[in-house]
Amino acid sequence: MATPRQQLVKEVDLPSAREYEAPKDSSRWKLGVKNLNFYYGSFQALHNIGIDIARNKITAFIGPSGCGKSTFLRTMNRMNETVRNTRVEGEILLDGENILHMDVTSLRRRVGMVFQKSNPFPKTIFDNVAYGLRVNGVRNQSVVQEAVEKSLERAALWTEVKDQLNKPASALSGGQQQRLCIARALAVEPEVLLLDEPCSALDPIATRKIEELLFEIKSLTTIVIVTHNMQQAARLADYTGFFLMGKLLEFDDTRKIFQNPSVKETEDYVTGRFG
Amino acid sequence: MLMAISPRRKFVNALMLSLSGLCTLIVISVLFFILGYLLFHGARSLNLQFLTSLPKPSGETGGGMANAIVGSFKVLLVATSIGVPLGFLAGVYLAEYSGKTFAFLFRYVVDLLNGVPSIVIGIIAYAVVVRPMKHYSALAGGVALGIMMIPIAVRTTEEFLRSVPNSLREGSLALGATKAKTIFAVVVPAAISGLISGLMLNLARVAGETAPLLFTALGNMFWSRGWMQPIATLPVMIYNYAISPEEDLHQQAWAAGFVLLALVLAVNVTAKMIIMRGPAASRR
Repeated sequence: MATPRQQLVKEVDLPSAREYEAPKDSSRWKLGVKNLNFYYGSFQALHNIGIDIARNKITAFIGPSGCGKSTFLRTMNRMNETVRNTRVEGEILLDGENILHMDVTSLRRRVGMVFQKSNPFPKTIFDNVAYGLRVNGVRNQSVVQEAVEKSLERAALWTEVKDQLNKPASALSGGQQQRLCIARALAVEPEVLLLDEPCSALDPIATRKIEELLFEIKSLTTIVIVTHNMQQAARLADYTGFFLMGKLLEFDDTRKIFQNPSVKETEDYVTGRFG
Repeated sequence: MLMAISPRRKFVNALMLSLSGLCTLIVISVLFFILGYLLFHGARSLNLQFLTSLPKPSGETGGGMANAIVGSFKVLLVATSIGVPLGFLAGVYLAEYSGKTFAFLFRYVVDLLNGVPSIVIGIIAYAVVVRPMKHYSALAGGVALGIMMIPIAVRTTEEFLRSVPNSLREGSLALGATKAKTIFAVVVPAAISGLISGLMLNLARVAGETAPLLFTALGNMFWSRGWMQPIATLPVMIYNYAISPEEDLHQQAWAAGFVLLALVLAVNVTAKMIIMRGPAASRR
């Protein structure tokens, strides 16, 4: 589990997760996480995470491999439940409602996810984007048609694929496939969009397209992104959190994290001294 | 320290190479030998009449096996509609739902079922279908072959569903699809070419089964009416003709063997082509 680099910092006594004040203006916050612990079997992957995630902003999480940032992301739509022998403690509030007690399918409709590796279904481009609507019971063909077009436009893919909607999604390039996955997630109009290193397999041009479109759609949805790429976090995010060994060491305005972090480990990481 | 390769070692090496090469050659030629042999002995009976007409009464020459060809397809249809849904859904359970320990036990049970001799399955079908109905029938033959299809259906379903990357399941679940919806709208379509070819190989495997049909479908010299009557099938027809004393019937048995083998080979080759051209192959 632990990489050599992590073992290096294991000796350091890490400060516990910073306590956050309760949000004064609840309309600012989309998600509230309190005392979140997560276990894979007996291994504790997340330690006492507490954080509020701002509505219609981009929040990024950075940190070395295995630090728990993806695990944290996957607790927010309960995707971790597909992994056997996992356990979660604490609260994750979506507009004040604890998601751990929600119906999981309606939660995932509200909290969409885009994965590290693009995963288009073996269907046509159109059917990929329409999938989320159809599984959520939208039968009206013209409604589906309209939503597909709108989602593809939002994902900056419409002009490239509008003449080949009935072609298999596998015919698209890697970057196009990832934008298709974003369009697919947007089609059900999620309130939150989680992205797990969405650009890690893409070239710089494709990456830039995705960053631009995320910037465009943050007015529609709250965005939470996990990234290995610190420049990406610095470019995109309004807020950035730094994870290390299952703890959220620091969470603040992105500018503060990259220019004047208050925790030494954050500084070491963002200046490239480790990680 | 390096040793020079002794002549003896060189000789052994060359011997093993040529021996294994020779065996490979023999194995390859077995199939072509069988095909050629069947054709050689059955060619004179193998004509359009053989494929389209009924058997002649005993003593007359000529006639064909149209009823047995159609009969084989009918019995296989019954077998498929019994064995494949059962095996497919159990395979879905095995691949998508079951826990590790249960999967291990279940897989073992399925392998044991696969090892049950076909004649035993025939007796069971005789006891539970033929006896109560007081009739040999296409249905009884179909039940026997259907049972034989279950284990392969389970294991091929499991294998091809498991080969579908987990990222597709997660992508579907993340859109608010239920697990069942995910399986049937994403995972199964992703594996469809493998599943279809698995089905075809399964069919090809039981198409030549004779023992379980001897006392379930029995055989019939005429067109079988419906599903509840005894019915002719190619393997049983071959058996009956081959043990008869008439030379003309021997030739027809050879011809029937050739037809059966050709059908099985055609299905096999088609299945392989589906696998190779399927989406699973293009992804890799």
